Amino acid sequence: MEIFNHNSNIHFLRIRVFSIAVAIVLMVASIALIATKGLNYGLDFTGGVSLVVDYAQPVQTGDVRDALAKGGLEDLVVQSVGGSREVSIRMQPTKEMLDAKGQVDLDKVASTVMQPLKAARADATLKSRSSVSAEVGAELKSDGMVAAVFVILGIMAYLWIRFERRFAIAAVLTEIHDTLVTLGVLALVQREFDMTVLASVLAVIGYSINDKVVVFDRIRELFRLARKAEPEEILNRSINSTLSRTIITSLFTGITMAALFFYGGPAVHNFAITMLIGIVVGTLSSIFVASPILLWLGVSKKDLMPVTKENPELARRP
Amino acid sequence: MSDFPRWKYALVVLAMLFGIVYALPNAFAPLKAVQVSANKGSAPIDDALRQKVADALAKDHIAAGVVAQGDHLLATFANADLQKSGADAIGALLGDSYTVAFKLQSTVPRWLTAIHANSMPLGLDLQGGVHFLMQVDQSGVLDKLENSYADDIRGQLRQKDIRYESVARSTVAGQGIVVVLRSAADRSGAADLIATSSPDLAVTDGPSTGDRYVLYAAIKPTKLRDLSLGTIKQNLATLRNRINALGVSEPVIQQQGEDHIVVELAGVQDPAAAKRLIGATATLEYRPGIGYPGDPRAIEAAQSGSIPPDANLYYTSNGHVPVLVGKRAIVTGDQLVDASSGIDQSNGTPSVNVTLNASGAAKMQEFTNANVGKPMAVLLINTVYETSTVNGKEVRTPQIKTEVINDATIQSPFGKVFSTNGLGSPKEASDLALLLKSGALAAPMDIVEQYVIGPSLGQENIKKGFDAVMLGLLLVLACAAVYYKLFGLVADIALFFNLLILVAVMSMIGVTLTMPGIAGIVLTLGMAIDANVLICERVREELRNGSTPHAAIHAGYDKAWATILDANVTHLIAALALMTMGTGAIRGFGVTLGIGILTSMFTSVVMTHAFTALIHGRRKLKTLSV
Repeated sequence: MEIFNHNSNIHFLRIRVFSIAVAIVLMVASIALIATKGLNYGLDFTGGVSLVVDYAQPVQTGDVRDALAKGGLEDLVVQSVGGSREVSIRMQPTKEMLDAKGQVDLDKVASTVMQPLKAARADATLKSRSSVSAEVGAELKSDGMVAAVFVILGIMAYLWIRFERRFAIAAVLTEIHDTLVTLGVLALVQREFDMTVLASVLAVIGYSINDKVVVFDRIRELFRLARKAEPEEILNRSINSTLSRTIITSLFTGITMAALFFYGGPAVHNFAITMLIGIVVGTLSSIFVASPILLWLGVSKKDLMPVTKENPELARRP
Repeated sequence: MSDFPRWKYALVVLAMLFGIVYALPNAFAPLKAVQVSANKGSAPIDDALRQKVADALAKDHIAAGVVAQGDHLLATFANADLQKSGADAIGALLGDSYTVAFKLQSTVPRWLTAIHANSMPLGLDLQGGVHFLMQVDQSGVLDKLENSYADDIRGQLRQKDIRYESVARSTVAGQGIVVVLRSAADRSGAADLIATSSPDLAVTDGPSTGDRYVLYAAIKPTKLRDLSLGTIKQNLATLRNRINALGVSEPVIQQQGEDHIVVELAGVQDPAAAKRLIGATATLEYRPGIGYPGDPRAIEAAQSGSIPPDANLYYTSNGHVPVLVGKRAIVTGDQLVDASSGIDQSNGTPSVNVTLNASGAAKMQEFTNANVGKPMAVLLINTVYETSTVNGKEVRTPQIKTEVINDATIQSPFGKVFSTNGLGSPKEASDLALLLKSGALAAPMDIVEQYVIGPSLGQENIKKGFDAVMLGLLLVLACAAVYYKLFGLVADIALFFNLLILVAVMSMIGVTLTMPGIAGIVLTLGMAIDANVLICERVREELRNGSTPHAAIHAGYDKAWATILDANVTHLIAALALMTMGTGAIRGFGVTLGIGILTSMFTSVVMTHAFTALIHGRRKLKTLSV
């Protein structure tokens, strides 16, 4: 079975000015979104207290918010998790939730929140509760940044050694594009950004580099094989001959992430969604963004020939 | 394919067997259980007790299997809710003489555990429990050490007749101790004196105005690092001791980052009880000994219950031997500055070196001058607040546990610094040093993160995680078989074994399975097939270019390999970054992803190649099913 015509020869590079322009617009828009709307940081990052409450019958988040407001609890985030019967409530701890030493007491958190909820709906039950201090969240943010920079630099170094400088630069620029656009989409839809999403963003970097390397590998191979190497022609052929693999692999990974999204439960919901966004962005950028950058950086056949020892015997001949 | 070497076939078979055997233990779901063990001095576990527990559970209509196993009793339950009510019922029945603890009883058959095939431990999000992240506040320890150095410096200056205006801790953090002297000559004399007597202090000259000559003495960074490492280590040890007393099976107590400690107690649903224990206080007392542990007077006092009026009867922590000690403390824990283990210079036995502050040193000197040749005991006093229900109301009562952790003879008078030698082993010496510190130097801890996960949520997560893995696997298997036919089926077998080998490796190195870890497994399944996609696409390409089937297979594997390697190494770099992140959840995901990349490189390339070679063999082929 074949979905893609193996003789496809779509001229992807002809639209390179357009595709790069779109990529730049997306990046700028993402930065603007992250700067203005911001990421909807979860408890892991903001600190505070959070509870998961289960209802026997479906419940509206608005009703939960109203019930809590009646109990004097405002300034909080209520989200439904995994269907209509479960909500997560997130807020900064109030005075009633602290013990004598000023530390958060989870039992007091539970009673403060559950009292108004039970008053409104008797079928509310507490499933889990947690508290995170703001310092821990700040640390996680900086750890995440360090990890992302480490990944990007590590990949750059590897590609520099295995391929060539231009490949490393093109890959890293596309990586930054993928990461920013993924974060931009998250900021746009205001999905909660928690620890698992951070892990997912880092995994997206890993996934999307995988995609680029496959295309780059083909470019290197074709350059080495071709007698007359017109870069644009070679790059285009590489994208086309790896196209089927690029899309099939994205579909396979996408299928598993969809399975995780629909069956994995609320704990991995955000993880799966982020990964799905990243797969789409990464696949598109492998086809439309990475190679144009490479072309502009001026990749050529002689940069890619395997280094052979110079033969002094040959050099002496006229 | 004729050129597939025989040793690779052997390797593939071995890997498949390894995967099957070591992943197998995870198929045996552990039983929810409650373990009962006798505390010191309580009646041992016997059949009568077993019957009593079984009857009590039957009376409350809690279905359970109760068996006596060696020195403990095990009650198993069908689910977590029964386990909780069962533990409450047993706790109420037996009271304080027995420790009642939650346990996941492994049902892995013995022949598997004998070859070290165990199931993966489950994270809190999969079995429920409480989690604490604590920050260790080290400033108190530093305060104490600096104060002690300031005392020292004052004493030394007085002894050498160097006149000084003041010796005090600097108000600026990190500057250490500020000594103000009257002349430049005094200052250089004092600097020399401090540098030689306290090698851990770095001495620098400060500003001099009029007749005030300032000298700074700060603790050297290396010593500070040792101190901080020591503080964490000792807080870990203290926590371990206390949590063992709580009786939770397999608690996680680990250092995270530089100054954080994670405590995870599976099965516990009441954070308050655990918090009380963590917040317990321990103090230390040096007291005059009356006789030695286990001497006739002490044994007689323990048996008859008539204790001399001037003494207290305690037991040693090591072996539970009775000993009589005096009632008045010579020195208490807050006067102890440091305790470290080492080897005694004079007789080569393991020893513990103790340093006291000035007031402690004076009292110790006074006491030892008068009592050479007599025993001296060290008491560790732990105060834990326990909650009991009286007439339906919760009552908190302090529970004080006093133990004699050491008893030694005073060989000669001593004061500030002394050592206890003749200890049984270096291990005993380091344990004693840790105990001494836990009673004196424990740095306060703040709980910065805590959560409680209900047992039903854990069970739900396991089920959802399992479903997601199975569904993801089935979908990929089906798609690969449809799209790549025979080659797809071969890739399917390899993918299935990839899952088995991944789980086997994780079980073998004891990776704790969490929800992010399950997400990592699902992601690995999706990405592992990539190598096969690369190979199959290559084989198709070669066939289109007119290669014979055998040549197409050969070239397909050959050419795809370089790409697979590059793609996986870059992916592995990302997984490594995830692993280095301090936080547990992300780390678990990274570890799973990393192992998955390595196993998938083997199964997708070597294993499928072996199968392909086996199927196509040396036969003449006209077409390939790809």
